[in-house]
Order: sequence, then structure tokens, then C-alpha cells
Amino acid sequence: MKLYQSAGMDESVTGEPTTQPATALLVLGCPQVPVQTSIALYLINRLKKAGIVPTVAGNKAANTLLVIADPDRHYLGEVMDLDRAVVMITEKKRDFDRCFVFIHNDAGVTYAGTMSAISKAKVYAIIYGEHYEDLQKQIDFPCTTIAAKAVHNPLPLKKALDEVAPWAA
Amino acid sequence: MGCVESMDYEIVLRDATFKESRDFIKKTYAEFRDVQPGFKVFDTHVIGLPPIAIGLDGDFVIFPFTKPCHGTFLLRVEDKDEAARLRALKK
Repeated sequence: MKLYQSAGMDESVTGEPTTQPATALLVLGCPQVPVQTSIALYLINRLKKAGIVPTVAGNKAANTLLVIADPDRHYLGEVMDLDRAVVMITEKKRDFDRCFVFIHNDAGVTYAGTMSAISKAKVYAIIYGEHYEDLQKQIDFPCTTIAAKAVHNPLPLKKALDEVAPWAA
Repeated sequence: MGCVESMDYEIVLRDATFKESRDFIKKTYAEFRDVQPGFKVFDTHVIGLPPIAIGLDGDFVIFPFTKPCHGTFLLRVEDKDEAARLRALKK
């Protein structure tokens, strides 16, 4: 971790170095494309199994879709408002090791570019939807792209995600 | 960018991509400043692909505002002090 709050190596009260778990931020886009919620829960599960602590940031609708789908919080950990996440990272109050940005429209590309600029995290652009190829061409900032034509069926995007296996990187 | 909704703003451009919005500012306004994502305009941290162009037109500030479901809008807000602060930034 690179950060200010839950950074990698700290010292315990005994002076022994302690290791903080790696962290990841999932930046959700507009939830109008169905695969986003499914892939977000899948990714959270894979990250947690790899010992990475996931935090979700989205607008109210995107967050609520996840919270309602996981009432006992088997998968979800911290969920926060997207604007608040941007403020905290910009003001260097918090950062993450990995940042996954869900992209199916131009706003998603804009948020990914913003995260690439303000965060020290390794950025992954998860691109899907009808126009995923056009959106992929707009990515001109440092990040790893994971892309598939997926709207209702999450399997093509799951396959692309599994090939990159960002939880193992 | 919570306080934008409470501003007295005019929407200059909508339904454009972020890059189209940036080009619009640079072509339309003789004065503009390039800033990085997260830079504060009024009380909001701007979202955008760097560099983000902020237009200046007299006492008016023209800046992009992006929401996940609605894309990027260009907003025009009158504020003499904020325009002066931005004008004082290095080009």
C-alpha cells in the first residue's frame, strides 16, 4: 500500500514491523448496464480470497444495488460515495494499492483518467457494454485494460478478468 | 462535487465527451487555464482527463462537471473572486 492510512509497513507497539493487507478501490459507473453489479461482486470475492481488502465507491444507485444484493455483507466491505472517495484521495487522506474503474460510457473513461492522475494505485480499466471498443480507444493514460462486449451476460467480462487475474498481480 | 447543485449555474454544453468539452473551452474562450484532476474550482474537486481546461470570460468561470450516469456538462458560473483566483494561475 502506498498510503497515508492503511499503508504497507507499520511498526507495532513492540517495534516489530507489521504488514497491512493490500487494498483495492472499485469505482463503479452508472449501473444501467447489468453486468457491472455481477462483476463487481465477483471481483470483490476474488480480491478477498487473495487477502486484498476491497472498498466500493459509486453513486447512490450503484452502491444500493450491491448493498441490497448482499444484505449480510458476505462479500461487501466498505462502501462509500464516489465524490467522497475522490475528495479523500485528492486530499491525500487515503489511497489504495489497486483501483478498478468500471467503464461503459465516456464518464467512466473520465473517472479512470482522474484516478490515474490523483491516485498512486495501479489502475485497471474494466470496459464493457455495446461500445467497449470505442471506449478502449479513448484510454490514453497508464492503466491495464480488461475489456469485453458484455451487457447482460457477464461471462465474457469474467473471462477477460480471469485472464488478467489482477488479484494475483 | 456536492455543492454544484446549489450554485447558480448555466449549462453551456451537454451530451459531449470530456475531450469535446475541453476542445470547446479552448476554441470558445480566449482565456483558459489548464489544471490537473482534483484541482478545486469553487468548493469542488474537478473530475477529468488531464489537462482539464477551465474557461474564463469576464467574471464567469466555465468548468466541466462529470456525473457517472449523465456524462460531462460544461457549467458557467459568475464569481468575480474565483475568476480572479484562476486568472492568477500560471498559464
